[in-house]
Amino acid sequence: MRKLALNDDILLNIEKPARYIGGEVNSVMKDKDKVDIRFAMCFPDVYEIGMSHLGIQILYDMFNRREDTWCERVYSPWLDMDKVLREKDIPLFALESQDPVQDFDFLGITIQFEMCYTNILQILDLSHIPLHAEDRTETDPIVIGGGPCAYNPEPLAEFFDIFYIGEGETVYDELLDTYKTWKKSGGSRKDFLRQAARIEGLYVPQFYDAAYNEDGTIAAFTPNDPCAPSKVRKQVVMDVTDAPYPMKPVVPYIKATQDRVVLEIQRGCIRGCRFCQAGMIYRPTRERSVETLKEYARTMLKNTGHEEISLSSLSSSDYSKLNDLVTFLIEEFKDRGINISLPSLRIDAFSLDVMSKVQDIRKSSLTFAPEAGSQRMRDVINKGLTEEEILTGAGQAFEGGWTKVKLYFMLGLPTETEEDMKEIARLSDRVARRYYEIPKEDRHGKCQITASSSFFVPKPFTPFQWAAMYPAEEYDRRAHLVNDEFREQLNRKSLKYNWHDAQGTVLEGVMARGDRRVGRVIEEAYHLGCLFDSWTETFRNDLWMQAFDNTRVDIAFYNQRVRGKDEIFPWDFIDIGVSRSFLRREWERAMNETVTPNCREKCSGCGAAGFGGGVCVEGKN
Amino acid sequence: MLKARIKFRKYGVLRFIGHLDVMRYFQKVMRRAGIPIAFTGGYSPHMIMSFASPLGIGLESDGEYLDIELTGPVDSREAVRRMNEAGVDGIEVVSLRQIAEEKKMTGMTILAAADYLATPSGDAGLPEDWQDRFAAFMGQPEIRVLKQTKRSEREINIRPLVFEWEARDGGIFMKLAAGSTENLKPDLVMDTFLKDLHPEENSLSHPFIYRRLEMYADMGEEGNRKLVTLESLGEEI
Ligand code: SF4
Repeated sequence: MRKLALNDDILLNIEKPARYIGGEVNSVMKDKDKVDIRFAMCFPDVYEIGMSHLGIQILYDMFNRREDTWCERVYSPWLDMDKVLREKDIPLFALESQDPVQDFDFLGITIQFEMCYTNILQILDLSHIPLHAEDRTETDPIVIGGGPCAYNPEPLAEFFDIFYIGEGETVYDELLDTYKTWKKSGGSRKDFLRQAARIEGLYVPQFYDAAYNEDGTIAAFTPNDPCAPSKVRKQVVMDVTDAPYPMKPVVPYIKATQDRVVLEIQRGCIRGCRFCQAGMIYRPTRERSVETLKEYARTMLKNTGHEEISLSSLSSSDYSKLNDLVTFLIEEFKDRGINISLPSLRIDAFSLDVMSKVQDIRKSSLTFAPEAGSQRMRDVINKGLTEEEILTGAGQAFEGGWTKVKLYFMLGLPTETEEDMKEIARLSDRVARRYYEIPKEDRHGKCQITASSSFFVPKPFTPFQWAAMYPAEEYDRRAHLVNDEFREQLNRKSLKYNWHDAQGTVLEGVMARGDRRVGRVIEEAYHLGCLFDSWTETFRNDLWMQAFDNTRVDIAFYNQRVRGKDEIFPWDFIDIGVSRSFLRREWERAMNETVTPNCREKCSGCGAAGFGGGVCVEGKN
Repeated sequence: MLKARIKFRKYGVLRFIGHLDVMRYFQKVMRRAGIPIAFTGGYSPHMIMSFASPLGIGLESDGEYLDIELTGPVDSREAVRRMNEAGVDGIEVVSLRQIAEEKKMTGMTILAAADYLATPSGDAGLPEDWQDRFAAFMGQPEIRVLKQTKRSEREINIRPLVFEWEARDGGIFMKLAAGSTENLKPDLVMDTFLKDLHPEENSLSHPFIYRRLEMYADMGEEGNRKLVTLESLGEEI
């Protein structure tokens, strides 16, 4: 039987001990003496969140297919466990073997959102790995980061040995093979990092230097070692159908956020919303074959025993074989007590028909993401959803028996006026009015329209990467203005408005577009006690502000400037295949309120066609 | 519709998995093992499955039970094999047996008693003669304790709820009342004993490890107790 890293006394006195014991169905056990490489794969948040992430499951499966590698999982210990590990000086361990992370060859950390940065330092700290890459020796694991935030890795540059830019399926094998050879050769850590830096898509921060202008902007960003290329090219899998996919995902004992089989139907999005980073960095859009997906659905449901299956993509409605796939899922699984969950569907006659088959209309709600209240604003952000489409969709839904609608908006978008803000409330009201147009005897009581807004954060590699943000007080003012407008509406009793936290938004902004100098704020915040910043109950804005003060890093410099047309951005050394000139063109079109057609309507020559596949060549060969 | 009773063991690392998670675990095992289990109707159908008595976190057990309904016939041995193949180290299905159709024969409703073994953990710090002292403790005509429930606190006499006991394997074996009418947990007995042992200490340490061994139904008539294991009420299919 496996021996646990923690004794009974500890496990019986903490919240959800199952977070730390491993041994789940489909978790992979190997003999550590029979493998060459031990890889600890970390999602820096609690188990239930981390276990729900598809990307980790893909890499876990992919690595463990290699006979010479054993990949295990690590998640952030919750505060109670954090305390125990520190007090008793127990090093952080991986779930499968329960061995200290410190003994591993690699510690891979997926970086999915900016608010997990202090958690990354916690992982390193509890693993007894030096926080700074330059302080690590040959006996420390190689710390490698990946995921969407790696598209601007600079705030974390000092803490990582390597960043993997792009999709994990391409060059990891090459990296692991290189590692194996290097390990046998007994070379220095630097030797290995030099070899890694030569692999396409890998970025080794210590081989680059940044120089700054007097105004604080970057003057130059240059390699300081011959092994380091001046541009790091993002990795993409062109054949997503044949890419590795986990047929036996790990099934947690405790309920994870995603307690279901996830079918990733496509990567990328044809739409080109100007605020959306995923829509740019995952270009070009690539679909998985529908027959493969059907096979995956059968096999994965059988292997996990999950009672739910969900489609995953940025915009499911754009998947060309959606009808075929959904019909199959309903016919094959509905009678076997399997729930079918269809997120990110555009509301139209087809999707309403499908949804009425898979969910209880009275209990479920419909979701629209207009993102902005006014048509003008939607044109600026290139969100191709018109008010007519929303009202028609909502009307059909109401007539079909739905009474609950959720609307998602953003506040603080570039060029936003008070009129645009107020339109959020008015549009919500017009949706409610559409409901009350139905004769009373055909209605089911009142309708419930819930509008939520988050504050817009400009992200690297989007047309809005030049945009300015606002101070927290200004976000609050805007949210209150919208809230007041809601109170003015005819159907205010059927409307509900929620908005996100403004303080977190400001931080997210600094992390998203920060440079290397932001690293010391993160470190200071961590030392002051910041952890789990994405959790409302643990987020300490006061400590973060103190960290900015202590390190003399100016939030306004990062957030509140419209950045110069030709300013060197911290992430400029990465080549995502989408050209900066395209992004700039899109920024200018946004300022002119001009919409850009999606990839299937008309190619806008963004540059991603250079990858030679996906939507860019659809119907052309 | 066929009713079946599954007996399983829970041990090792799996003792840190709570009751709700064990339920989820079995739901998924049923699907992985392809057991033809019946569902309720409606938009979100769920498996018809009921557990005899939840086992607390930290306890091991050799005698856990759940009852299910089947839509088709299965072979007992084959089903047990498939469930174990689809399972993990730490939960072992021991048997699957057909049980009578009547509603009152299932799960919690017929549960009347359970066996437990309380073993001192390594650093228990108990006096040498603690088992003798336990005998004296049990020799009392009444053992009154404050029993706390979610809503109230009441004093009860737990002595009659201990049906049998003996010193066994360096620990204490107990047959205790279980089920919806009277339910006595082994840690309440041992904690009361410890308080009796060290009346001056107000904070209790927990020097015992508990293991549930078996669960019983009462098939006796007119107040005569006749305990039979839940498993013995079923037949191999
Ligand atoms: S090259 Fe054209 S079709 Fe391809 S992703 Fe860019 S805009 Fe879309």
